[in-house]
Amino acid sequence: MTTRGQVVLRRSIDWQALGRSTYQAALSVVLSLLIGALLLLVSGQNPVLAFRSLWDGAFGSVDRFTETLVQATPLLLIAISVSLSFRCQIWNIGAEGQVILGGIASIWVALTFSELPPAILLPLTFIGGALAGAVWSLIAGLLKAYAQANEVITTSMLNYIAVYLLAFLVHGPMMDPAGFNFPQSPLIARALELPRLVAGTRLSVSFLIALLMAGAALLYWRTTLGQRTEIVGASRRVARQIGLSVPATIALVSMLTGALAGIAGWGEMFGLHFRLIEEFARGMGSLGIVVALLGELHPLGMVVSAFLFGALVVGGNAMERNAGVPFALVDVIQGCVILLILARGYIFKFRRGAR
Amino acid sequence: MNVELITFPFIVGLLAAAVRLAVPILFAALGETFTERAGILNLGLEGIMLMGALAGFVGAYATGNLWLGVLLALLCGGAMGLLMGFMSVTAKVNQVVAGLGITILGSGLSTLLFRLFFGLRSTPPTITMFPAQPIPGLSRIPVLGEMVFSHNVLVYLALILVPVAWIVLYRTRFGLALRAVGERPDAVDTRGLSVDRLRYISLIIGGALAGLGGAVLPLANLGIFWTQITAGRGFIAVAVVVFARWDPVRALWGALLFGGAMALQLSLQTLKLPIPSELLLMLPYIITIIVLVGVSRRAEFPAAYAVPYSRVEK
Repeated sequence: MTTRGQVVLRRSIDWQALGRSTYQAALSVVLSLLIGALLLLVSGQNPVLAFRSLWDGAFGSVDRFTETLVQATPLLLIAISVSLSFRCQIWNIGAEGQVILGGIASIWVALTFSELPPAILLPLTFIGGALAGAVWSLIAGLLKAYAQANEVITTSMLNYIAVYLLAFLVHGPMMDPAGFNFPQSPLIARALELPRLVAGTRLSVSFLIALLMAGAALLYWRTTLGQRTEIVGASRRVARQIGLSVPATIALVSMLTGALAGIAGWGEMFGLHFRLIEEFARGMGSLGIVVALLGELHPLGMVVSAFLFGALVVGGNAMERNAGVPFALVDVIQGCVILLILARGYIFKFRRGAR
Repeated sequence: MNVELITFPFIVGLLAAAVRLAVPILFAALGETFTERAGILNLGLEGIMLMGALAGFVGAYATGNLWLGVLLALLCGGAMGLLMGFMSVTAKVNQVVAGLGITILGSGLSTLLFRLFFGLRSTPPTITMFPAQPIPGLSRIPVLGEMVFSHNVLVYLALILVPVAWIVLYRTRFGLALRAVGERPDAVDTRGLSVDRLRYISLIIGGALAGLGGAVLPLANLGIFWTQITAGRGFIAVAVVVFARWDPVRALWGALLFGGAMALQLSLQTLKLPIPSELLLMLPYIITIIVLVGVSRRAEFPAAYAVPYSRVEK
């Protein structure tokens, strides 16, 4: 994540480095929580009460714990998606838009081809969601690769466009005709709903799919394509010199990034909501980025940090309900975590002299 | 569609609205011009504008004085700029990700503080905005009078700031040093000027102006604050700076283009076209992408753009 970048092709586990990153990541999170507590204290709220209800909300019972995993599911998928681009030095922040497009396309497939047998239709919805996310991300990828358009700006603009597209669809063409004018699409067929992992909870197979994708990401970095991604990320110049096409790599990585975010959207639709609703992806983009950075862009690290932020989201909602502390506290903690994790080398002085 | 509504006064009103709606973006873009000229890419603009909007609103609400709101927004924006300075100049981290962190922090912190200050209410708190103050004489000029000289005081301030920024950048020692830092920081360093200090100053200027730009929304355009009130204007301002090729005067035209897109979107809604409002709302964002694509290839970025400076590293 340095500007200059280094080619690091991990073959064996560097235990010392692992210990160091874990220590720094944990310290960043603890400090961020402390900053949040301080903010509450200054504004006359009781931080102990707030964090207690946050903890109970996330881990208080088996039911709450599965809810944490439910929230961690899209965050893990988005983080993996983001990590592909970030390790290639493509600053794609368009996950929210890509998730939305994935949701829209997969629901559209499910509703349009509803006469197909579920065993064929469900995979089609998956492909539709992945494809739509990939195309949405590819727009920014192509514009970066061939027109040098800053991807941070194009992807954030595409996020706003996707939000309005979703609003337009659920208020218009895709609105449930029998839904009393609620801004939502019709429900998908019962047979298309992903099976639950724990009966009576909202945890579905989509959680396993997210874990599967983390495993796939581990393998990805060992393929030639993965190495190509990392070399282009480390140095565009070196990549050109050894004959790799930088624009083609950027376009390809952008597509993979979008496909994974699209799958996250698919999972939200078929594992959780079963219909298009407004704002189902709200805030997921930035959360996914925090999860990715906190996990040091490594698949296993991201599994841990996705779990942590899943808990923060579930706990934050409980905290708002039970202690009256605004959920925005979780957003502040997110921002603090990013900044601390970025400046860790400077702040925690662990790597003195190693620069 | 009510074609008969498209009259001459309608079009002049549209252009006047374009100027008014351009102002938040213009302030932020002028500030970012200084920052980027010094070689720092501050993508935290969106978060800084949100903090400025909150500070402006709270300052005006608490004291009843709109100018104290402006002051608080400038200070708050400057402080956020300082934070970006710590990240990019002192800790030398990746500026894109640091900017992202600032944006996430600013959007979360502004929402949290608003809720902590005002709680949940059935009717949102409001303030009395800066009134329109037509300039005597000049506002009587046909077309131009309504377009440029019949606005609130913040609009005039933004328009005056354009030549001021140009003079500072191109006709002062400070401006020369700032531009040099963005091109050849090592040369500035050998002349005995502090690269870090110049970059910090550029970030504080950029942050303060972005904060002011955000504050324009509650203080002069809307009268209230809500979560994510800036709606991407920070990112649009960064696009305007690239469009303007780091020139304050061209930044004015860029900001007007987006103000125009927003005004057009609003007035098309009043015309009751058979186009859904959600699709019209996309307009400014689509235009941003198109414009960015059009200009980025030709843009000559400052040579030391987004590269941290250190004496050892070459």
